Amino acid sequence: MTAPTQISHTQAESDLLARFDEAKGALAGSTAVKDLRVAAAEQIKTRGLPHRRVEEYKYSDLRAFMKSAAPLAPKADAAAVRAVLAADEAFAGLTRYRLVIANGSFLAEASDVAALEAEGVVIRDFAAALDADTAAELLATPKSASQDGVLALNTAFVQGGIVLSVKDGVEVSRPVELVHVSTEAGAIVTRNRVEVGTGANLKLIETFAGSTGAGESNVVFDYQIGDKATLAVTRLVVGASEGARLLTTLAKVGGEALFKILGFMAGPAFARNQQFVAFAGENSDAKLYGVSMARGNGLADQTLIVDHAVPHCNSREFFKTVLDDEARGVYQGRINVAQHAQKTDGEMMTQALLLGEGAEMANKPELEIFADDVLCAHGATSGQIDEDLLFYLRARGIPEAEARTLLVMAFLSEAIEEFEEDYVTEALETRVRDWLAGA
Amino acid sequence: MLEIKNLHARIAEEGTEILRGIDLKVNAGEIHAIMGPNGSGKSTLSYILAGKEDYEVTEGEIIFHGQNLLDMEPDERAAAGVFLAFQYPIEIPGVATMEFLKTALNAQRKAKGLAQLSIPDFMKLVKEKAADLNVTMDMLKRPLNVGFSGGEKKRAEILQMSLLEPSLCVLDETDSGLDIDALRIVSEGVNKLRNPGRAMIVITHYQRLLDHIVPDVVHVLSKGRIVKTGGKELALELEKNGYADYIEAA
Repeated sequence: MTAPTQISHTQAESDLLARFDEAKGALAGSTAVKDLRVAAAEQIKTRGLPHRRVEEYKYSDLRAFMKSAAPLAPKADAAAVRAVLAADEAFAGLTRYRLVIANGSFLAEASDVAALEAEGVVIRDFAAALDADTAAELLATPKSASQDGVLALNTAFVQGGIVLSVKDGVEVSRPVELVHVSTEAGAIVTRNRVEVGTGANLKLIETFAGSTGAGESNVVFDYQIGDKATLAVTRLVVGASEGARLLTTLAKVGGEALFKILGFMAGPAFARNQQFVAFAGENSDAKLYGVSMARGNGLADQTLIVDHAVPHCNSREFFKTVLDDEARGVYQGRINVAQHAQKTDGEMMTQALLLGEGAEMANKPELEIFADDVLCAHGATSGQIDEDLLFYLRARGIPEAEARTLLVMAFLSEAIEEFEEDYVTEALETRVRDWLAGA
Repeated sequence: MLEIKNLHARIAEEGTEILRGIDLKVNAGEIHAIMGPNGSGKSTLSYILAGKEDYEVTEGEIIFHGQNLLDMEPDERAAAGVFLAFQYPIEIPGVATMEFLKTALNAQRKAKGLAQLSIPDFMKLVKEKAADLNVTMDMLKRPLNVGFSGGEKKRAEILQMSLLEPSLCVLDETDSGLDIDALRIVSEGVNKLRNPGRAMIVITHYQRLLDHIVPDVVHVLSKGRIVKTGGKELALELEKNGYADYIEAA
């Protein structure tokens, strides 16, 4: 037997391991869950944080970015949570249900639990569910994500979150906003399981409010989408953030189902939205969209793997990135088509607009196809604002800054429009304008 | 209104001289036609008036309403009353035509110190002007110029012109790509905008457009210079004899 190679730990890695030793007694979970946590911490210990020599993190070196690791955020004070929510107006005008996760733990008293129950949606606290989860099923990882370091970090430290189950046939009448609130500095690590029953329909909006300070946010969303079900997710990672924003999607899509997600990122110093999507039933659609904006030394990373494990499924991946200053953008998209997954239709496109001379985009679309009767396409572009378009607008009296805003909006809007969830369009466009105005 | 004095210009990047001493005076209410063979500098002149950065003025000046036009940004020129109807109107995916029109109109109103138009007032104005030019609501709902036919693009240009009410209209080969019916509609639209306070410079290869938009003065541009100036009959003469004489003269 070979002993694992011991690496020399960075400050952040040492911090994390110390944090684990301190916190492990208090972290939720059955014995099986706790064993998984220990194994995940061991993975961090032996491999360290994901770094540039790990293929999936080549352009997003988390190990180099994290200089230290802040402690987990403490339990939130309800009044402080209300104050953060009152200041957060992203979807103030939208009639919606709201579920609140405060400093990493579900806060039922601030959430519309009863109203959702009445519609046929059951909400549970993920931490409580972990205590009862004797087989650690809630922390199950798809094979494509089993080696992922960010997911291992999540498994080791997950504080809480929600389990949301939409009963069969229920069409939830309003979008549900799942908001992660931070009332004070500290890392938040949550995992959320969303089960959409057969023929059910849910629109989910995921947002973040408040600041984690230097603490990282590590949030996993595990979507189980039943046959003939529809799930539409709008994920907003907006605003300056010193700590890394790490988002992971695990999605299992049933037969004749529709899964749509738009990942919108603007502002964090280090943002990674990684998605592992697998088709489990035939005749289904998965539509993944991305809108990323970064400036300064910021990094916006959209990484995804879509597994066409069964025949007759369609996937669409359409990602837009705008980069200013010295910012870096990453798109890594892989479509896997299994040997028997005939009649797969995959269409992947990534486009970047570079506003700053020092901005850099890494586009890496990949197709791995073992079936012989499929349609798969991919494309990647990087470019600057077209001076001819700019001149045309200015020749009509539109000042340069406004003309640039119009053109950037136009570029990003293509993805927002194709996402076709009208209730979020205005809020997203406002966020783009805010970002362009320097927010 | 407009006075161009000894204008020399070259392509900024590679230095090829295109305009080699243009003198032109346009008074309010006048229509000047500029004709000339390919490569004579007609489009360059129109781009320089509008402020395109690809050209560098090496000598001369352009005075517009008493201001030095060359000191102004393209959007400032537009707000001051210069309008260039492009030979090839540009397609801008993602920018809705209506949104664009509203932004342009309100930007110019702002520059002039006028209040922003309310949405109902704006809609009313656009509908009224669009109807005159056979521009359908369907076209206005589409992204700017995207999927428009050649004729639709030119009509959309004239619609912009009529909304923005410039004092100097520069029409760069507005007749290119138009069939006879489209030419008539566009010309009627332009003629409606003729008034004593407004001047037009109509750039074209062909006499045909000038049957519809009758000029007061016709200039022949060749190799970057105006080589002949005359009345509208000059256009007829060119149609008959071609540009050969003038290419020699330049």
